[in-house]
Amino acid sequence: MAKIHVNTTINGAPTEFLCDANQTLLDVLRDTLGLTGSKEGCGSGDCGACSVTVNGRLVCSCLVLGAEAQGAKIETIEGMADGDKLHPLQKKFVEMAALQCGICTPGFLVASRALLAKNPNPTETEVRYWLAGNLCRCTGYDKIITAVLDVAAEMRAAK
Amino acid sequence: MSEVQYMSAKNVKEAVKMMQAAKGKGWVLAGGTDLLVQMKSGLKSPGVIVDVKKIPEMTTIVEKKGSFTIGAATPAAVLGENKKLKKAWPGVIEAANLIGSTQVQGRASMGGNLCNASPAADSVPALVAAGCVVNVQGPKGKRSVPVEKFCAGPGKTTLKPGEIVVSLTLPARPKNSSDAYRRLIPRTEMDIAVVGMGVSLTMKGDTCVGARVGLGAVAPTVLRVEKAEKALVGSKLDDAALDAAAAACSAACKPIDDKRGTIKYRTKIAGVLLKRVALIARDRVKGVEHHMHETWA
Amino acid sequence: MSNPKYKWIGTRPDRPDGADKVTGRARFGADFSLPGQLIGKVLRSPHPHAIIKSIDTSKAEALSGVKAVVTAKDFPEQANLIVPTGEMQVNLRDITRNIMAREKALYEGHPVAAVAAVSEAVAKEALALIKVDYKVLPHVIDVADAMKPDAPVLHEHLMTEGANPPATKASNIAKRIEFNKGDTKAGFAQAEVVIERDYSTQAVHQGYIEPHAALATAAEDGQVQVWSTTQGHFQVRGFCAKLLNIDTSQIRVTPTEIGGGFGGKTVVYLEPLAIRLSQKSGKPVKMTMTREEVFRASGPAPGGNVKVKIGATKDGRIVAAECTVEMQAGAFPGSPVGPACMCSYACYDIDNVHIVGFDVVSNRPKVAAYRAPGAPISAWAVESTIDMLAQRLNMDPIDLRLKNAAKQGTKTAYGVTFGRIGMVETLEAAKNSPHYKTPVKPGYARGVAAGFWFNVGADSSAAAHVGEDGSVTVISGNPDIGGSRASLALMAAEELGVDYSKVRPVIADTASIGFNFVTGGSRVTFATGLAVVNSVRDLIRELKVRAAKIWNVDPEGVIWENGMAKPAGSNVGEFEPLSIAALAAQAGKTGGPINGHAQLNVTGAGPGFGVHVCDLKVDGDTGVVTVGRYTAAQDVGTAIHPSYVEGQLQGGAVQGIGWALNEEYIYNAKGLLQNPGFLDYRMPVASDLPRIETVLVEVPNPTHPYGVRGVGEVPIIPPVAAVGNAVARATGIRMVDLPLSPPKISEALDAAPHKMAAE
Repeated sequence: MAKIHVNTTINGAPTEFLCDANQTLLDVLRDTLGLTGSKEGCGSGDCGACSVTVNGRLVCSCLVLGAEAQGAKIETIEGMADGDKLHPLQKKFVEMAALQCGICTPGFLVASRALLAKNPNPTETEVRYWLAGNLCRCTGYDKIITAVLDVAAEMRAAK
Repeated sequence: MSEVQYMSAKNVKEAVKMMQAAKGKGWVLAGGTDLLVQMKSGLKSPGVIVDVKKIPEMTTIVEKKGSFTIGAATPAAVLGENKKLKKAWPGVIEAANLIGSTQVQGRASMGGNLCNASPAADSVPALVAAGCVVNVQGPKGKRSVPVEKFCAGPGKTTLKPGEIVVSLTLPARPKNSSDAYRRLIPRTEMDIAVVGMGVSLTMKGDTCVGARVGLGAVAPTVLRVEKAEKALVGSKLDDAALDAAAAACSAACKPIDDKRGTIKYRTKIAGVLLKRVALIARDRVKGVEHHMHETWA
Repeated sequence: MSNPKYKWIGTRPDRPDGADKVTGRARFGADFSLPGQLIGKVLRSPHPHAIIKSIDTSKAEALSGVKAVVTAKDFPEQANLIVPTGEMQVNLRDITRNIMAREKALYEGHPVAAVAAVSEAVAKEALALIKVDYKVLPHVIDVADAMKPDAPVLHEHLMTEGANPPATKASNIAKRIEFNKGDTKAGFAQAEVVIERDYSTQAVHQGYIEPHAALATAAEDGQVQVWSTTQGHFQVRGFCAKLLNIDTSQIRVTPTEIGGGFGGKTVVYLEPLAIRLSQKSGKPVKMTMTREEVFRASGPAPGGNVKVKIGATKDGRIVAAECTVEMQAGAFPGSPVGPACMCSYACYDIDNVHIVGFDVVSNRPKVAAYRAPGAPISAWAVESTIDMLAQRLNMDPIDLRLKNAAKQGTKTAYGVTFGRIGMVETLEAAKNSPHYKTPVKPGYARGVAAGFWFNVGADSSAAAHVGEDGSVTVISGNPDIGGSRASLALMAAEELGVDYSKVRPVIADTASIGFNFVTGGSRVTFATGLAVVNSVRDLIRELKVRAAKIWNVDPEGVIWENGMAKPAGSNVGEFEPLSIAALAAQAGKTGGPINGHAQLNVTGAGPGFGVHVCDLKVDGDTGVVTVGRYTAAQDVGTAIHPSYVEGQLQGGAVQGIGWALNEEYIYNAKGLLQNPGFLDYRMPVASDLPRIETVLVEVPNPTHPYGVRGVGEVPIIPPVAAVGNAVARATGIRMVDLPLSPPKISEALDAAPHKMAAE
């Protein structure tokens, strides 16, 4: 079967790739484009480690076909820092030890950024429910939730 | 090697043609949150994947004289962002917004939730309670079917070869009416409903003058529980009426024992949820707000 | 708040691998690839118990794109020899059968063949072409069933070790162990209150988010390289060397970043298969497990049955205690029943204790270590019974525990006499916590439980290298699973008297540093930390020698202070202090590169104690539990990097909460696992939880220069019973079978009269 030719934008850069019809966006990112920051924890949308945004919408890239990226704007963890300047969420996660092993961290960061873009002033409950699709087995979530709330407050203050 | 093809349809006619040409090996890709998982596990091996998300009719919400027609592939997150729709059908929208995680919300659609035909689908009991009509298009043209008659069993729909679900129509809201959906899950999120309950009520003063009850995860398909509706209509939603309606829901259950719950538990919970959800719907008629993530007690 | 005794220890700097881990740059197991690599996949048994009559791989081998197929025939037979892995023991004869079934498939998911092909799709197609002729045998899943005389026997050679009288026929009971202190008969005779209960727990999975992954490349000259996500790359090397008859020096294992392990990544599954497939194909082979494979075929933690009997006087003094633990080992012997027995009563100073344990095989995947292996199971039973005692005696549950708390000089039932420990301090800290001092909210109830873990030392090596500019690289060999790079660097900076930013910690592969035992048993910051401290001390010794050369004085005349070599006194002479940079600049003239080394077998691990407090409410109609407030107090020795210590307490507590409430392996009557995915395995999600408050109690371990105690294991021990005790107090019903899931609680409420906590 002939491969599908896809034109897309990833982290602001026009990108093209070839994929199989049944290949997921996650596999394309990781195996074809070398963007291994998105992780596969389950392949069924239950862990959130592969979180990316497609046209601004938070999704699990394991539940999107590569072919669907045609014409879309995709943002991954690799595009989160601005050059050598970490995003405030990235900085805060390190500062507050909001990660232990780090495998879930890219997904949490992408999901948290999407939350703050939509809701700059979330309650703790809102943060917890928004991130309920991101599993972390190391931290008990405590420091992650605190970090997101802290960044939200700092970003509001900076405006 | 599986020879699978991906096609993106520009309009409904084209999608129907693609499905027809696939000769039973076509699968519609809406949000893909079930299809991709089933493809990965080998449960489904499509010959053709027909992506319908570029079809405007299938991804937009149209209001006409108080009635909403929702494109079958509209992501749940988009539904939640439509303030008018959310105000008219808070139960339907909270049900749709309980399908999976935030990430899944970005993709999953009510059309997909319906066509996946799981008895535990979150949006379906609420759609049943809402009196939703499913708009189908196929090689022989268009037809409409009440949502409670759409599924035939676990994983089975009444769609004929080449047919696809285009949209879902919610009727105009009568005055003094509202709806609610709750489900029982062991955790607070990310679970499949052990029991799902949708209730839509119309009130006149303190008296219930109209009721529809949709009950999920307790039988091969989502049930409309007319006996429970009858118990509620004409009552002031007093304990006796709620008990009778709860008993009707429990009696309607034909559940299974599985990893998610026992027969006994599901039967009991169907009654528990009926009472709670009916009262939330009544509160909403009165203008009292309830958030879908509120805890029970 | 930093530790006033130290400059760096007790501070919270950014971890050295932080930037890599928040940008996606850090490379985990599945992120490694090699040019020309093949993809390896495993064919697994669909039966829980079956004789493998034959395997026909010819069609798979003939498929275009398939480069190698292996079955048990490709792995040499192994001797009946037990070797340690982390906190568990494994038998090489068994482990070669676990990585690839030989005579029998012993659990659903047991590997029976593996293929390497040009793509995953081709590999999967090849698996479907392998024909395995099985003779299906009756299976047994539960421990109690497996112990029955007429149970299907998994291993015809398995005689119960430690049985008295000695076993005469094969059974599923691999081992009987016993610990005895005093005379429980006499003890119970003194008791005024005796409580007996039987408890059970289900198998649970470690639930690391990163599936197992390995990449191997074998060269024609016999040299092998492996990249693996593991808690112990030296163990991977050791196992693969044994299982494949290769010299350890021929195998170089590089640990990737590791996406969680909790004990589950201390054994090998994919690595020997990937090496063998690479040897046969001549190409690199990459293998990753799916989540379903992780659940079906990697080691879960066991479930077990525990029988407890505790006797006390009316004033709350425990005078006798017994327990019997029957524990799942999975398909091969080697459950953590030993630690379960040892930890059961170790929190308490009891004169008369009798403990019996059974290691039982059944048709489940072979269990692996999971955070304080075994201890949460016995603690669930013991701490629930102690809570019943507190209720019976109408005593505060912390006061009852204080009355019986183990202290320095207490002799445990397993023979060890405690040195300086912090059980009393931890109980007091919990009692004085803001949480415990706040009244329970209406509708909620409060549960308390304690836990003990002995912690582990064992073998570690480390090196400290000075660069040309005076900055320092500290090299050790334990994968960093939760921030250990930071704690090692902090200790090195403290010891050396230099800025934390001048110390770069590196985790070396098996060929680049001496042997290090696994990351496990809460040993890295303690034992490898000590190796790092000693390597830095060796480095300082060398730095002083170099300063002495420059000053032309005796090395004894040089001291090391605040990162500088200084004359020991005015009698040595007047010299400007020399920094590491200054000494490095002259290294060529004073003897060449400046390095320090250390290797040691570390003993003296300080035991840890934890006390957890849990407030929760139970929905009386549905049985759904909502945890409202949670506090974990623990004796952590010295908190080197307090944020990561808190993180250990918080993460362990939440794993324990999941264990208590919803997590379980669910089997059907056919012996097949019903919930091999995150969806139905139900680990806690963020919205299930409140904040997890922590109280770090610092009772330094006297055997470590910085007072370090391991902290990782203890926090998973108390929560299971803390949750259970709160449920018991919320409902008035004492539940004994885990998990306390909504259907179970609901059924218990319906079955018995009960009294819910008042709203």
